[in-house]
Amino acid sequence: MSNILVKIDGRELEAREGMTILEAAKEVGVAIPTLCHYEKLEAYGGCRLCTVEAEVRGRTKLVAACLYPVEKDLVVITRSEKVDKIRKMILELLLAHAPVARELQGLAQEYGADKDRFRKESSFCIHCGLCVRYCAEIKKKEAIGFVDRGTTREISFIPEIASQECVNCKECFPLCPTEALQAAFVLTQALSFPASSFESSE
Amino acid sequence: MDKDRIDQIIDKYEGKASSLIQVLMDIQEENHWLPREVLKKVSEKLGVSFRQVLRIATMYKTFSLVPQESHETHLCAHGKMSPTDAIKKYKIEKLVERINSASDLEELREGILSKRDSQKPCIAICNGNGCSHRNHGIIKAFEEELRKHSLEAKVEIRATGCHGFCEKGPFVVIYPEEICYVEVTPEDVPEIMSQTLVEKKVIERLVYTDPNTGEKIVRQSEIPYYKDQTLFLLGNNPKINPKSIHDYLAFGGYSALAKALFEMTPEQVLEEIKKANLRGRGGGGFPAGSKWETTRNAPGEVKYVIVNGHEGEPGAFMDRALLTGNPHSVLEGLIIGAYAIGSQQGFIYTRHDTPELLENIHLALSQAEEYGLLGKNILGSGFDFNVEVHLDIGIFVSGESSALMRSIEGKAPEPKPKYVRTSVSGIWDKPSNLNNVETWANVPLIINKGSEWYRSIGTEGSKGTKLLSLFGNVCNTGVVEVPFGTPLKEIVFGLGGGIPNGKKLKAIHFGGAMGGSLPARLIDSPLDFDGLAKLQAQIGAGALMVLDEDTCMVELNKSFLQFLTEESCGKCVPCREGVRQMLNILTDITEGRGKEGDIELLEEIAEVVGEAALCSLGRTSADPLLSMLKYFRDELEAHIKEKRCPALSCKHLKGGVR
Repeated sequence: MSNILVKIDGRELEAREGMTILEAAKEVGVAIPTLCHYEKLEAYGGCRLCTVEAEVRGRTKLVAACLYPVEKDLVVITRSEKVDKIRKMILELLLAHAPVARELQGLAQEYGADKDRFRKESSFCIHCGLCVRYCAEIKKKEAIGFVDRGTTREISFIPEIASQECVNCKECFPLCPTEALQAAFVLTQALSFPASSFESSE
Repeated sequence: MDKDRIDQIIDKYEGKASSLIQVLMDIQEENHWLPREVLKKVSEKLGVSFRQVLRIATMYKTFSLVPQESHETHLCAHGKMSPTDAIKKYKIEKLVERINSASDLEELREGILSKRDSQKPCIAICNGNGCSHRNHGIIKAFEEELRKHSLEAKVEIRATGCHGFCEKGPFVVIYPEEICYVEVTPEDVPEIMSQTLVEKKVIERLVYTDPNTGEKIVRQSEIPYYKDQTLFLLGNNPKINPKSIHDYLAFGGYSALAKALFEMTPEQVLEEIKKANLRGRGGGGFPAGSKWETTRNAPGEVKYVIVNGHEGEPGAFMDRALLTGNPHSVLEGLIIGAYAIGSQQGFIYTRHDTPELLENIHLALSQAEEYGLLGKNILGSGFDFNVEVHLDIGIFVSGESSALMRSIEGKAPEPKPKYVRTSVSGIWDKPSNLNNVETWANVPLIINKGSEWYRSIGTEGSKGTKLLSLFGNVCNTGVVEVPFGTPLKEIVFGLGGGIPNGKKLKAIHFGGAMGGSLPARLIDSPLDFDGLAKLQAQIGAGALMVLDEDTCMVELNKSFLQFLTEESCGKCVPCREGVRQMLNILTDITEGRGKEGDIELLEEIAEVVGEAALCSLGRTSADPLLSMLKYFRDELEAHIKEKRCPALSCKHLKGGVR
């Protein structure tokens, strides 16, 4: 197999087949911000914060670093006016939901994002899916899932499973980029009012 | 709901995990809602986690998790039949044995034609989707009248697919004279019987009157609406009963399949499609031949071909007209494609809410199989190919190619985030070639008449014809088929008959919530994939909405965004949040809270959504807005700066009184 030579922010690297840009960048010490990524879980591609510029065969495109596989002669730029603009907007959109989240605030400072740009709809959850995927992929309990669709998509604990599994676990909470406020709320709701949490999806 | 009944439903699908959506649909239909205990039972029996069952049950709006008293069921508009019942009911044509060669097929065709008396009177009644409920009364009335006149054996009644000219429907066409009556009601039927069928007289009041000349036009094909179209795909709709494979065979059906199987190699078929430059009709306009080739060359023995009959674009109804009215034409294209690609399993993914459509698809499949045109050893060629039907149950995003494929796998229809094309890794990670209904229907045409002929129709980059559904502020609502290159003016003012109530044309909008609006001044532009894309108005699947001067473009864009907030999957931030905020801003603007900087903010969000969203739905969700900013910016500015709606439509703003 031929070597996959890639260049990330000017740093060259011989990458392995199947690696993503995010993994390759880490090897050469280039940090790409993420919100929905966790190494032990399958890449998700939901937050799009890791968007970078990738040049392949003379064409530059914007791709999600957590999913885009390295290929021969790939040139990646992880910070540019365009990339920063996208990240700033994504952060502003999310800060409308979780204005006090520390992780978001830190990133907002880095990218000059204004937390008050959009009207607040504080639901705390930014739908990164880390809790949902951790519970399914690592714990194999599937006590929490997404319900509904579009802008009404929400996380929801399944009362029957949560009452058995969650009280002594809550391992998903520390993964949450918004301090698990919404998760704590919906878990409490699921345990206290199992029926209502079920119908709230309607 | 009875536990045994749930078991029965699950057993019907052999307990396959991939049948989850179908199982939930059957339960919803019978029980009108999905009780939690039932969902748990389904989860256990199918071996799918409760979380995933809930995900799907809450994602589709067809499903209800709370009891519904008078649930407005999307599933059975009128006495929906199960596929097997439909097959039993319409199994009218008895076949002695299956067809085993190309010459057998020709022999059968000759047999059918020789038994047909071209002089035998036939009453053809349009009975397309959405109309079949209403038009059923007319068909019944004709049956009754035939009995009264003891003419059952002498006159044929043919319920056909959509004739396209919906504005003037229901249509009744009496052959062999081709006497065409419009806007027929069941009350007109006795008169048609006694006057036209018995006494051979034309009833003047039921004949189409040309609104421009006042002329009465008796023959259907001479009505300008039909005369001015190029009906390659829809031409047979008024002539055939879609439930009869014999009708399709009588008009040369499956001759292209025989030609492909016995006179061409798969490579030659592929080459022909590539040479014809057939482009995908679903929205993207991607060359079908290249896509086929990618799937053909992708590693792996198992490959899939799929008909995308989702047709979720608001206002689009042309694919339904074609698939319901002439299902074999789409199926024939699919089988030819499968042969070229090297696939032995096909899927038809279509709507659940149109019973006539489903019935016709299932019948077409069972008839084709019975005749040896589908299944094992097709026409004795050694080529095997099967087709399964899968249903969308109500979410727009499931028309997106990778979401559609996940739905076929029985999973929640979320677009696949990976950077691998579905033509290489699609359903169950196998190479999967997806084309839209109309694209597949073009295939037999190209094989029969050749790529040379096909290339002679259309423009430099867009070949053949295009189906469009015309709706909105236009006199003639309906489905039309025109060659690429036709000036839009001819479509809107010629076929469409112009704008009703003496109003002026303001804009035409292509492609629904992911399309674009063209102002009236560009109405001379030709219908062309690339030309219109350059003008920021992608053809999309072909829904063409005509907008008169009273339309507020801001309101229109608001409604598109509203649609997307409910019809996207909600997974990625740019789409879910970007659409939410664009809608918030437009809502503010239409309610008098617009402010300086709103336009720039909209532009910024639109740019990010267009570049960073996960799937094509997200990336094109701001396209209508961008076309508004390009052509109707002053209108938006009037809303913001002067708090005025130039179309006098927004009721919170100055002049908004209507």
